[in-house]
Amino acid sequence: MALVEPLIPSLRRYARSLLRDQSAADDLVQDCLERVISRWHQRRTDGNTRTWVFTILHNLAINRLKQAARRGVHVTVEDVDEAAFATAPAQEDRLHHRAIVDALSLLPEDQRSVLLLVSVEDLSYAETASVLDIPIGTVMSRLSRARHRLAQSMADGPGQTATAATVLRSVK
Amino acid sequence: MSRPISEDDLHAFVDGALSDSRRAEVEAYLESNPEVAERYAQFGAQREALRAALGPIAAEPVPPNLNLRHLVATRRRPNRSAWQSAAAACLLLLAGGGSGWMLRGIGMEQTTGINALAHEASYAYAVFGSDSGRPVEIAATDSDALLGWVEKRLSEPVSLPDLSGAGYQFIGGRVVATQNGPAGLLMYDDAEGTRIAILMRPMVRRDENAPMAQHREGDVVGYAWADDGMGYSLVGGLDVAEALHPIADEARRQLLAST
Repeated sequence: MALVEPLIPSLRRYARSLLRDQSAADDLVQDCLERVISRWHQRRTDGNTRTWVFTILHNLAINRLKQAARRGVHVTVEDVDEAAFATAPAQEDRLHHRAIVDALSLLPEDQRSVLLLVSVEDLSYAETASVLDIPIGTVMSRLSRARHRLAQSMADGPGQTATAATVLRSVK
Repeated sequence: MSRPISEDDLHAFVDGALSDSRRAEVEAYLESNPEVAERYAQFGAQREALRAALGPIAAEPVPPNLNLRHLVATRRRPNRSAWQSAAAACLLLLAGGGSGWMLRGIGMEQTTGINALAHEASYAYAVFGSDSGRPVEIAATDSDALLGWVEKRLSEPVSLPDLSGAGYQFIGGRVVATQNGPAGLLMYDDAEGTRIAILMRPMVRRDENAPMAQHREGDVVGYAWADDGMGYSLVGGLDVAEALHPIADEARRQLLAST
């Protein structure tokens, strides 16, 4: 369990980056930790604890996103405000943060997961492949698509955010 | 001759995941390909911007409900109040008849028989299958205690179908209230966290046998049957409806084999 506690801040960040809702994300992390506790004896002792925990969290997040899509609940970019991505740096930085977070939310979920696990959570490509249960080649191609697409929407500027709700609704 | 530089190498360069020797080769390549270098420098800046924007989330103090010690302690302490409020929620749903969000458009025309059982299973699944905090009262790790509890309340021997062949692991269960007395609710989930459940209780007519029948109420789908006076329903969400029939067949086969 001492291996799990240091992961909690990362788990919260990953969940919130995917769900874009602080309380839903923390509920998800709680659900994840409860599963980790109840399945602790089932984990492979030679396995990677971080990968195992992230796999549980990712699967729960995807399930939650699917349920939200089924019920027609979605969060528009307009709702993704400072409450969800609480940052308190200088105004200029805030605008910049806002822009990248908006652009991130325009990515399809499968690309967003790869980009977040690799770029933000510092998982290796092999660990990311294991968490998402996809071949490493797929990790690389999704990473490439995500980076090109993110660069494109940053270049297009904030006018693009108007279409975010439509894009998010198609998350399945 | 060194290997040609691939896009994978360039991404690994951005992520600092290259060996020293390969990184030197990539750096040399980028020096002579300024357009590519510019593009990947942009990806590097993007990576830093994401880390800067999302970093503060990880720096927040961890809220009490995510404190691992509290979570472990809560799990060890039998939580009567949670069970009582869950039971109350179940009764409220029964009283509300169809007002449950997952159970729109339900009548309560039948109070005994296999249809009543199907109905009860759907309610139990709607309440507990969607419970993110405490879907089960006793976890799979204490399955002996769980079976003891269910057998005591049902006054019947009970066995635990193994659905792992279909990808569903047993996560635990509880006794639930139905119109026809206590029932056992066994919960399973797959790797993606999708839950299915089996509700079981003695039939009112103690020699009742009923062939397997599909039922659906709102977003809950199930297969119900009765063998020798014991009724069962395997229930799950609409999205796994097609997978449920073979799983129900397998559960029935195992339950028959164990008696």
